[in-house]
Amino acid sequence: MTGLWKLYALFFKMGIFTFGGGYAMLPILKGEAVEKQKWITEEELLNYYSIGQCTPGIIAVNAASFIGYKLRGISGLIAATLGVISPSLTVIIMVAALLGQYMDNQYVQWAFGGIRISVIALIISTVIDMWKKNIKDVRGYIIFAVAAILLWYFNMSAVTIVIIAAACGFIPDLRSKKQ
Amino acid sequence: MIYLLLFWEFFQIGLFAVGGGLVTVPFLFDLSEKYTWFTSQELTDMIAISQSTPGPVGINMATFAGFKAAGILGSLVATLSEVLPSMIVVYFIAEMLSKWRENKYVTQTLEAIRPAVLALILFAGWDIAKETITGYENTAVLFILLTAMRLYKTSAIFYIIISAIIGIALKI
Repeated sequence: MTGLWKLYALFFKMGIFTFGGGYAMLPILKGEAVEKQKWITEEELLNYYSIGQCTPGIIAVNAASFIGYKLRGISGLIAATLGVISPSLTVIIMVAALLGQYMDNQYVQWAFGGIRISVIALIISTVIDMWKKNIKDVRGYIIFAVAAILLWYFNMSAVTIVIIAAACGFIPDLRSKKQ
Repeated sequence: MIYLLLFWEFFQIGLFAVGGGLVTVPFLFDLSEKYTWFTSQELTDMIAISQSTPGPVGINMATFAGFKAAGILGSLVATLSEVLPSMIVVYFIAEMLSKWRENKYVTQTLEAIRPAVLALILFAGWDIAKETITGYENTAVLFILLTAMRLYKTSAIFYIIISAIIGIALKI
């Protein structure tokens, strides 16, 4: 059983290496929570992101709460959530206190130029990894393609896209032959 | 009592901002108009800094805004209030999920959403790429990193550290 302190510490680590939104955290969650700790499966992780799209709150926090709850119930939920928000609290308070000096530092700027590129590469690589297990049949391809078109060409909101995709789950004719 | 006010405002943001950190931005702009905690210009800077500091951007912004309003205690109150609604909601959903794990409709729905979420994730990457991948140098770095990631399945954290070093090395 994973100790609460370990849960807190590992989510602290994942939080500190997250630069950007919840999506930037996905590759890190996949590496740590799925592959290294084997707390959850890839499918479960994507489920949490799916649910996080249409529930209140920050997706990174939602994912942490789900994982914590799965492992240790309510105390796990609290430990994981506190873990993922603690780096922000410490770093931002320090940055806010020394505002300007941090952002004006050219090394910080350069480092972030590099980090942003790796966040893009990590996102692409994670989608490739997750493709096989989560897009298994024609219906999956269609949903992915339609979602992509709605996003790129129609700027549709994430919530709407998730709701449309969810509705597709109820279309029996399109179910895969495996059923 | 500013802490109560912060709790109330950020609890509402946590409850009504559906879909992730950047969705909280318009709510924060409302706060900048409603109170004297920070100006909209300051908020714009705070958003930029939140995107380039460790930690999920939504939490960073809440911490920053809370700090501007009422110092360290303010940042604690703002951040904890913002995550409280989602903790409660996740608790109930996780309970339901474990109860209905075998339910055909639940699994069917989640299976149908996952491909769409992959598209959303890819789109998030595209959003960052639009502003970052300009010029040959960055494109080359992106391809090298991506190739390395496909060949050597090291942790994401390793690549983030390496790329920070590359970012600095390229400019020196």
